[in-house]
Amino acid sequence: MKKRIATVSLAGCFGCHMSLLDIDERLLELLQQVEFDRSPLNDLKRFTRRCDIGLVEGGCCNEENVHTLQEFRRNCDVLIAVGQCAVMGGLPVMRNAIMHSDDPLRECLETAYLDSDKVYNPSNQIPNDAALPLLLDKVYTLADVVKVDYQIPGCPPSGDTLWNTLEALLAGKPVELAYEQLRYD
Amino acid sequence: MNKPFKFEIDGIEIEAQRGQSIMQAADEAGVYIPRLCDTEGLEPQGSCRVCVVKQNGRAVSACTQPAIEGAKVENETEEILGYRRDLVRMLYHEGNHLCPICEASGRCELQAMGYRLGITQATKYPYLQPARPVDASHPDIVLDTNRCILCGRCIRASRDIDKKHVFEYVGRGINKRVGVNGNKLAETDVKLNDRAIDLATCPVGCIIQKGRGFFAPIGERQFDKKPITLGVGPGKNRGKS
Ligand code: SF4
Ligand code: SF4
Ligand code: SF4
Ligand code: FES
Repeated sequence: MKKRIATVSLAGCFGCHMSLLDIDERLLELLQQVEFDRSPLNDLKRFTRRCDIGLVEGGCCNEENVHTLQEFRRNCDVLIAVGQCAVMGGLPVMRNAIMHSDDPLRECLETAYLDSDKVYNPSNQIPNDAALPLLLDKVYTLADVVKVDYQIPGCPPSGDTLWNTLEALLAGKPVELAYEQLRYD
Repeated sequence: MNKPFKFEIDGIEIEAQRGQSIMQAADEAGVYIPRLCDTEGLEPQGSCRVCVVKQNGRAVSACTQPAIEGAKVENETEEILGYRRDLVRMLYHEGNHLCPICEASGRCELQAMGYRLGITQATKYPYLQPARPVDASHPDIVLDTNRCILCGRCIRASRDIDKKHVFEYVGRGINKRVGVNGNKLAETDVKLNDRAIDLATCPVGCIIQKGRGFFAPIGERQFDKKPITLGVGPGKNRGKS
């Protein structure tokens, strides 16, 4: 039976998903072996059944990210953190350590929506519509929130890195990456 | 008395002079022992422990431990690689290491050590995410200790080679960090051509020369194609391109 894969982008830029498309014609080979369940690639918004592999891009910067991540953990046998954002917070995590600030989240929002001279915001308000997911006090890595089985570092990991990892996992073999395929940037 | 003697590293016979450390003897024999706080031209200080080896079954730091005649030294065993991976992981977790935006990425010894050790696994340590102020007061130099691994190479280079004492440790335990001799870098007598500021002195991306960020393109940076090994350090092949 084909293995099922689910993917999602949380606090990420979709670069890691783009990198997955970078495996080019090997996508066809991948589709011989797997079926995609919940994923932005097929626009399925909910799990249709339990999956073998969950690929998660991005860390958690809001409440919804946490719920989605927990759902992935519940529904996937192997959960993989893909890319620096998922592994260690990546660029969004910069807001955790805004220098000299006792309240980095507030300072981040004020700079983004009020204070910067690049901002056009006639209402002069920080968006707070109830439909918007609540921002967390900090950006969290996946491993801060759930148990993560494997990490693929890189920003983004190259198509080759993703392919070699998936191929090894699907074949039930240990993942072996060539020197150039392990990158933290 | 001063006759050279022999010992073994992972079964390879190494010749050593009296008074040499395991690391010095290994270097001369062309055997690489991973290291971060030790670098050519500076006194060893034995603080990062990445050079951990077992000498006759006892874990020691190769950069400070004298070689012993007839000793059996283990360097690249699974057990020792495990220690080194944990040490390097802890250095990552203790600071703010955002490699995708770091000037040192690709020529950073900490990152290169992570690559050499093949660190990808899910982590068991929390990220401490300190918020340390960046000192950009000097016209030519920036000091960003968010990436500092407390190796002391800048301290020793400034003290022993530049004879200036620009950098020093301040604080203790988990609060230990590198400070400068003055309120800020601009108030010290540091100069761009000091050895302490040489791009090869700081193994990571703390000491930045203004106007020189990202000088080597991705793919041509020092550790892009080849793992870190012997011959890395001031006066060697770093920071030249
Ligand atoms: S790791 Fe890089 S490419 Fe991937 S989501 Fe984060 S910023 Fe984008
Ligand atoms: S100092 Fe090295 S490990 Fe730290 S962020 Fe820069 S490149 Fe990465
Ligand atoms: S600033 Fe650089 S050279 Fe100095 S102790 Fe920190 S990591 Fe080492
Ligand atoms: S290189 Fe020996 S302890 Fe750092």
